[in-house]
Amino acid sequence: MSVQPPNGSSNAFVWPEEGLNAVPDWLYTSDEIYQRELERIFYGPTWNYVALEAEIPNHGDYKRSWVGEAPVIVTRGADGNVHVVENRCAHRGAEFCRSLTGNSKEFICPYHQWTYDLDGSLRAVPFRRGVKGKGGMPADFKLSEHGLRKLRVATRNGVVFASYADHVEPLDQYIGPEILKDFDTLFDGRPLKILGYWRNTLYGNWKLYHENLKDPYHATLLHTFLVTFGLMKAGQKSAMIADPLGRHGTMASAKGDEEEGVDQKAVNKEMRKMIELELEDGRVVGFVPEFKSPWTVTMQTIWPNFITQRELNTLGVRHIVPRGPDSIDMYWTMFGYADDTEEMTKLRLCQSNLMGPAGFLGIEDNEAIKWVQEGARRSVTEKGLTLLGGRDEGTSDTLITEAAVRSMYRYYRGVMGL
Amino acid sequence: MTALRNVVPRLEERWALRLEIEEFHVAYAQAIDAGEITRWPDFFTDDALYRVTGRDNADRGLPLGLLYCDGKKMMRDRVQATLRTTTFEPRFLRHYISNLSIDEVRAEGAIKARANYLVVQTLMEEKTELFQAGHYQDTFVRRDGRLLLRERHCVYDSLTIPNALIYPI
Repeated sequence: MSVQPPNGSSNAFVWPEEGLNAVPDWLYTSDEIYQRELERIFYGPTWNYVALEAEIPNHGDYKRSWVGEAPVIVTRGADGNVHVVENRCAHRGAEFCRSLTGNSKEFICPYHQWTYDLDGSLRAVPFRRGVKGKGGMPADFKLSEHGLRKLRVATRNGVVFASYADHVEPLDQYIGPEILKDFDTLFDGRPLKILGYWRNTLYGNWKLYHENLKDPYHATLLHTFLVTFGLMKAGQKSAMIADPLGRHGTMASAKGDEEEGVDQKAVNKEMRKMIELELEDGRVVGFVPEFKSPWTVTMQTIWPNFITQRELNTLGVRHIVPRGPDSIDMYWTMFGYADDTEEMTKLRLCQSNLMGPAGFLGIEDNEAIKWVQEGARRSVTEKGLTLLGGRDEGTSDTLITEAAVRSMYRYYRGVMGL
Repeated sequence: MTALRNVVPRLEERWALRLEIEEFHVAYAQAIDAGEITRWPDFFTDDALYRVTGRDNADRGLPLGLLYCDGKKMMRDRVQATLRTTTFEPRFLRHYISNLSIDEVRAEGAIKARANYLVVQTLMEEKTELFQAGHYQDTFVRRDGRLLLRERHCVYDSLTIPNALIYPI
């Protein structure tokens, strides 16, 4: 195999002979693979996260969002329903909606003032009949045939998903019962209260973010803070749950719930970075039980662009927007519940120091993903190793495995024809 | 917006206050830029609120912070976590603080002020980048004759952070 597959030749993409125990570098660096991913995954029969309903509570509310690289607008129409339309004028293709959020009765593309309803239907075209009988649209032009491109929409307990595909399975089947269990713990139907947003550019391929959250091994080693305060630790009651297809995942752990028969001293010895540290203000790692769940942390990856986070009492979602093979924009929305006390809101805000572009853990994931991308892009060696846990795939009750990464790539290879 | 001339009519007092706050900004920036972030909490009162947040949050009154420290203890914890537990690539930061505006001097001595900032980041093998443009929304108080921050909101216009924010702004 050559170091770099020749441009335009699909035949160069030969998966390493180790099968799922290796990942080839071209997965992360190839433009051709990336274009195929957009087409078959992000614009294919998948449900992509686009918004929380709490962001668009009123008629006429809208929000700019993304499916894959494609700009979309999520709206709440006059009928009260949520619509997702492509942010591209049907006329000349202008990405016309430029505000992050807003409220409006209609969308007007500023270029030629084509006017659309919030569900994307074209309502008016200026000078449609021309002036003094000259110009204008042909007589057979129908407004109904030139609306904004509409995406399929599905919601579950206030979370909005969209799909470009005409045929995609119902959302609950798509996510599946194994993953819905913890999804519904976080989104139990209670109204949400948005606490704010973060955005960052990560200098790595979008799949590395999925891998990161399907690789519980790293959590116990990279994140000294996590281990030091027992938020996730080898030997603690934990699970890496995958759906049967292997595309979604839940990484779960229970703080302070150590498994029987585990020699904690031996566990600590394995971790070179264990340190003694006491916090002066314990709120950042304090936990106020509020969920009917054995887990104090669940991090879920919902294929292909969505992550849910429940880490102690800090709650949020992450939206992956791929920007080519080498980088992603990550849009973070942090929230609580509408009925939270002031004290609980404060706790969530204090614990938000754990995650995000400046989070004690977030920083390290961002850095590690960049370093893996650079390894894939720059060095001569051409594949990485996913041997932890042998050939096991899917759900596992130990953190020391890459079983969920392997099951994700089994599914991915099928979709991608690799 | 009130000009400082109206807030502090006497020229000598105005000079003195401006100088004092500008010297505060210089010392604050120097501590962070020199990598001496253990000194960073010393610029705050014990009960101070420190928050770095995007302008999209600030404009909508959303309380989230990229860094959110409720009190000096939490600031010291942030420093310890950064220095002792957090893995990241070495980098240099440089703060440029300007356009100081003193908006209000309250009877009890609290001073509301703003200033623009630019933070420039240099990773060892990469070109220097403009990391963040924003402004400070500050509330100063005087303790033992010395100005301290009781509240600092670092509100950034550059909504998309390049990878990660490690050190305080």
